[in-house]
Amino acid sequence: MQFAVLMGFVLAASSPLLNRWFGERTSLLLALFPALIAGWLLSQAPLVFSEGPQLLEWEWVPSLGISLTFLLDGLSLLFGLLITVIGTCVLIYAGGYLKGHHDIARFHLALVAFMASMLGLVLADGLLTLFIFWELTSITSYLLIGFNHTDIEARKSARQGLFVTVAGGLALMAGLVLLGVASGSWSLYEILQSDDDLRQHALYTPLLICLLLGAFTKSAQFPFHFWLPNAMAAPTPVSAYLHSATMVKAGIYLLARLQPELGGTGMWVTVLSVVGATTMLTGAFLAIHHTNIKKLLAYSTIMALGTLTMLLGIGSDYAMTAFVTFLLAHSMYKGALFMVAGILDHETGTKDVTAMGGLRSVMPVTAVIAFIAALSLSGMPPLFGFIGKELMLEAALGAERVQLLLVLFAFLAAILTIAVAAVIALRPFYGARHETPKTPHEAPLSMLIGPGLLAFGSLALGLAPAMLGADAMLTSAATAVSGGALPVSLSLWYGVNVALIMSVVSLILGFLLFKRWDSVRGQLARLAPVMRYGPEAGYEGLMNGIVRFSEWQTRLLQNGYMRNYILVMLVVLIALIGNSILLRHSPQLALTLDVRFHEVIVVATMAMGALFATISRSRLGAVVSVGIMGFSIALIFILFSAPDLGITQLLVETMTVILLVLVLFRLPRFSNLSTNLERIRDGSVAATMGVLIFLLIMTAWSIDQFETISTYMVENSAPLAHGRNIVNVILVDYRALDTLGEMFVLALAAIGVIAMLKLRHGETEGKAVDGEKASVKEPYDG
Amino acid sequence: MEPLMALAIGLLYATAIFMMLRRSIVKLVIGLLLLSNGANLLIFTTAGMTRGAPPLIPEGMMQPLGDVADPLPQAVVLTAIVIAFGVLAFAVVLIRRAYEIVKADDLDKMKDTDT
Repeated sequence: MQFAVLMGFVLAASSPLLNRWFGERTSLLLALFPALIAGWLLSQAPLVFSEGPQLLEWEWVPSLGISLTFLLDGLSLLFGLLITVIGTCVLIYAGGYLKGHHDIARFHLALVAFMASMLGLVLADGLLTLFIFWELTSITSYLLIGFNHTDIEARKSARQGLFVTVAGGLALMAGLVLLGVASGSWSLYEILQSDDDLRQHALYTPLLICLLLGAFTKSAQFPFHFWLPNAMAAPTPVSAYLHSATMVKAGIYLLARLQPELGGTGMWVTVLSVVGATTMLTGAFLAIHHTNIKKLLAYSTIMALGTLTMLLGIGSDYAMTAFVTFLLAHSMYKGALFMVAGILDHETGTKDVTAMGGLRSVMPVTAVIAFIAALSLSGMPPLFGFIGKELMLEAALGAERVQLLLVLFAFLAAILTIAVAAVIALRPFYGARHETPKTPHEAPLSMLIGPGLLAFGSLALGLAPAMLGADAMLTSAATAVSGGALPVSLSLWYGVNVALIMSVVSLILGFLLFKRWDSVRGQLARLAPVMRYGPEAGYEGLMNGIVRFSEWQTRLLQNGYMRNYILVMLVVLIALIGNSILLRHSPQLALTLDVRFHEVIVVATMAMGALFATISRSRLGAVVSVGIMGFSIALIFILFSAPDLGITQLLVETMTVILLVLVLFRLPRFSNLSTNLERIRDGSVAATMGVLIFLLIMTAWSIDQFETISTYMVENSAPLAHGRNIVNVILVDYRALDTLGEMFVLALAAIGVIAMLKLRHGETEGKAVDGEKASVKEPYDG
Repeated sequence: MEPLMALAIGLLYATAIFMMLRRSIVKLVIGLLLLSNGANLLIFTTAGMTRGAPPLIPEGMMQPLGDVADPLPQAVVLTAIVIAFGVLAFAVVLIRRAYEIVKADDLDKMKDTDT
């Protein structure tokens, strides 16, 4: 299994090469990959059915205890098969759809990488492995939405999808870490097997909120649903694959995966059912606004995702059965419908269903496929979608909380969905022929295989669910989702019950709505001013706000004035250090002044030097004052047992003064550029900092956190290092590397100085040749 | 002695920072010089000040006589003095060069990367 997932990434990386070698056949070749994995998954199915979850472990970083473990149970098997089977269809389809596209290699790369990531996501056992694959699907989705990168809308939509899902990903990461901490295990299998009840854990609420945020953003739940319709900027095979059948179900997968461990609490049930039902109705309601066939399908996908979330929220056995059935049914018909939408777009050159009509005669096969898939979408017998919808209505009727709301929403959504299905299946193919930008032909075989397979699959599964192994598959998946054994036995006929009556009524109402769709749309257009204030406006506002905020703070902080940078740093420093000194240590201000007269004189001289350097109005005066200060410091060193320091200070100070005097008169004169107000401000900041340093020193003496290490140095200086001057021994022996570093610094400074001087010479000569400004510059003689 | 030194170091820091906040580039150099001296004294002083007991070991002995001043801060400060000089030399030349090219002694006029 590891091999299969990793192979996917290798294959993705090599797809440019494959494209070069195999040209147009590459799509077919790549389609072999998911097909083979699907075959392998099917071969594992009996084992999973009979013996339960299988763990496949592979040590990754054994020293850190990180292993790449995959978990194969009913749920991941179902998802894995969806990913690989629909992936095969989509790859074959994409070969026809993007035939001759100059960038098809990039498309293959991202699509196959997505496939591998998605497989990794649904098979991962480790929480962090799951997170990594989760983020990989977000990134590949970003690349695929923005595939037409010359189109600004595509780029914008890609970014929006990325921001929303990755922001959710951050929450998910926090949630997974909390889950790992709360359960004490990083393996999904262990978490699901353990007897600990996480529902009682103190971290349950925060971890659930984080996980839900991650799942809701990924699966486009209200109010994060807005990115999904925009993601339709992607090429249609991508929409069919990522944004209906697989990726958007990752959030659903996560919720289903954790349902046995976290589900069933009041919070879980209420949040999931209400959010799910709201998403369901919002999606269905917004769908009928649109005439763009892909948008119609996108909103109907949101409706389906909401339904799945709602079913997970309800959490009864019935709901679990409905969940797995609806999941399978939706992936199949929605994948097929998206591909049909792609065919229509490809052949007619428009995505607007109102601009199409009467295509039945030129595209009979497509029309049949669309009709079957749309029947499944609308939930008509004998299609698989019918079973899914019946179970869903039944589950809503049996909900323990907010039952009325769920039933009402489900009923309304069903009516709207039927209208949407009718629009897609009937509008383009019946009625009068319209002129379209391109003259339509029947789609090539490669584009019909995928949707055809999925559509007829829906039909076959509906007619004979038991025969085709769907029962066994769904039993296994439902068992994984509910946490206990849950046999699923599907059939088309459950007898006359409330759900069936609701179905029939919604069918009639939905068809009426379809008949009056054009006028209803006109009425709905009046709502446009209100619709502008949706969640997407909130997203836009947030994004613009972030940009404005960063502009503002960049202007404020990165203003290019060095003294402002210094001021900001100082004020922060004063606040932090001052706060710490005053609150956590009371500085020892008991002054025990043990001073001699000559010491006071030396320190006073030094202080005078520093002060005078500040107030001096001439450069020379300042240099002399600094010199006096430096020599006083040398005296202080000598007086207080540091002869080496004293000597060094004397030497360096002498050189400093010489250097300053030499260069001084080539430097500009002192100028007073600041206003008095600025001087007062700077002066008070400087004085505060001075006081702070004073307090810091006074505090430092009263704190003794570590034993001094110099005792060791003093004791071993002569015996081990054979040196009598301990300071020198430290420099050349104990801390020899420091000294080496110091030498490097000095050498670098010297090289820098030389470079700058040399550079000047070269430039002067160059300018002199040009005859420009040469006379302005003084020749350099030092 | 230490409280007196603490006061003096506080003064050094205050003057250094005041000078570094000026717009004149020469004053910036003076500020840099004051600051490095202040920092050296800070390290030196916080280890405690000892009179007349340099960290030396007399000829023929393995340990110093009695308690001596802490040698470690001295070694650190020694390194710092030399580095400070290197930095100063570099800064002076850099500023001189900048002045030559920009023809401005006002740091506020040097805020653009293009001249």
